Amino acid sequence: MSPTNRTVVVTGIGATTPLGGDSASTWEALLAGRSGVRPLEQDWAAELPVRIAAQIAVEPGEILPRPLARKLDRSAQFALIAAREAWADAGFTAKAGDDPAVDPDRLGAVVASGIGGVTTLLGQYDVLKEQGVRKVSPHTVPMLMPNSPSANVGIDINARAGVHTPVSACASGAEAIGYAVEMIRTGRADVVVAGGTEAAIHPLPIVAFGNMMAMSKNNDNPQGASRPYDAGRDGFVLGEGAGVVVLESVEHARARGARVYAEVVGQGISADAHHITQPEPTGRGIAAALQHLLDGSDLKPAEIVHVNAHATSTPQGDVAEIKALRAVFGDDVDHMAISATKSMTGHLLGGAGGIETVASVLALYHRLAPPTINLVERDPEADADIVGDKPRPLPEGTIAALNDSFGFGGHNVVLALRSFES
Amino acid sequence: MATQEEIVAGLADIVNEIAGIPTEDVKLDKSFTDDLDVDSLSMVEVVVAAEEQFGVKIPDDDVKNLKTVGDAADYILKAQQA
Repeated sequence: MSPTNRTVVVTGIGATTPLGGDSASTWEALLAGRSGVRPLEQDWAAELPVRIAAQIAVEPGEILPRPLARKLDRSAQFALIAAREAWADAGFTAKAGDDPAVDPDRLGAVVASGIGGVTTLLGQYDVLKEQGVRKVSPHTVPMLMPNSPSANVGIDINARAGVHTPVSACASGAEAIGYAVEMIRTGRADVVVAGGTEAAIHPLPIVAFGNMMAMSKNNDNPQGASRPYDAGRDGFVLGEGAGVVVLESVEHARARGARVYAEVVGQGISADAHHITQPEPTGRGIAAALQHLLDGSDLKPAEIVHVNAHATSTPQGDVAEIKALRAVFGDDVDHMAISATKSMTGHLLGGAGGIETVASVLALYHRLAPPTINLVERDPEADADIVGDKPRPLPEGTIAALNDSFGFGGHNVVLALRSFES
Repeated sequence: MATQEEIVAGLADIVNEIAGIPTEDVKLDKSFTDDLDVDSLSMVEVVVAAEEQFGVKIPDDDVKNLKTVGDAADYILKAQQA
């Protein structure tokens, strides 16, 4: 099929997060300003320097049948739960083909994770050492491979147009959605299920991130530990879960009478080429991504009224992002209500772009920017309108939102969404 | 030493645990792949669990011959007597 430039819309959303087992309960908790961060009460956590995390609100074992769940890494379990919610939310009643509204050959899946099946990998290595060769699960490889969430979602919905897994650390979920948008724009697919997932709450990743000095050690105040833009922020809080959207060409959505949440206006992607983990301090790479977004779409800065910031609560990163927004948008930043939902969800790494896209879609749909909690003493360097502890109403008319995601390796991905009048 | 009946009951519990099939559906003439939702990977799990439960060894080369619950029960019966 020849390249086209089709309009892409969001017709379904799904999530399982530290705040709730689905997108509705997650959204309700976001608006209420609830923190999903809790103490790690597992025995293995007792001696760790970091003993807090944003753990999933509803265990996947309570949702998925056990024979299925035991063959899936936790990251794939989250992805499947979120994808099934999004699929049903989009109005599909069965997998593609069985539901004639979508052709399997025109359906894709792009679900990413930053770290992949790390708990399976480490858990099965423990089995090998402690119980021997024969007890290592034959499902180990298909569970730990990073494309496992995408592949399992693809099988579940019968997606045959292509199944992909872009990996870019904490930008993975956003990059997955961007990739899915291109699949539809260029005519490879009519419908793509896309998002991010992560399940890395295990002593090794926690210790490793902790030794990088990247994580908050505010063990005495779990709910106050993730505090983007606050002067007292000391690192991110690890979260787990998944967020998934159903993307569709507007023609396909109209033909089947689907509800449209929002339009995906475009994306901007760049790389810092600066340092493997540290953000480029002036925000140069982020600014380039924002500029590419503007150059490659019909998005107007005047339309942008909300930013779901990457804002992980690290001292350097939060400020670099604001500097980049200022560099590209100038005074237009003043009409952008900036929310850091990681203050409530923690940082879901590769899952972040997924749940934050869901949050951005709902912010446009309900015209409410979610709060940023724990913002007690604003960092004066964060020169922008950060939404505080109450949700902020967004204006009437055509409005747009940005969802920023950046990852170790210097990956910068910015997605732009716009309200949709059907 | 387990009787054929005990072996089938044991296999039924194992298949139930791994594939979620009700134990009463696990009968001698049932095919692991076609009837009981046990794919080649899950079959390895069934074999390892059966080896442990019945104290036998089932070499990888023999696993491909165990098409039905009856095949497996007969194999385990003979292996117990060896």
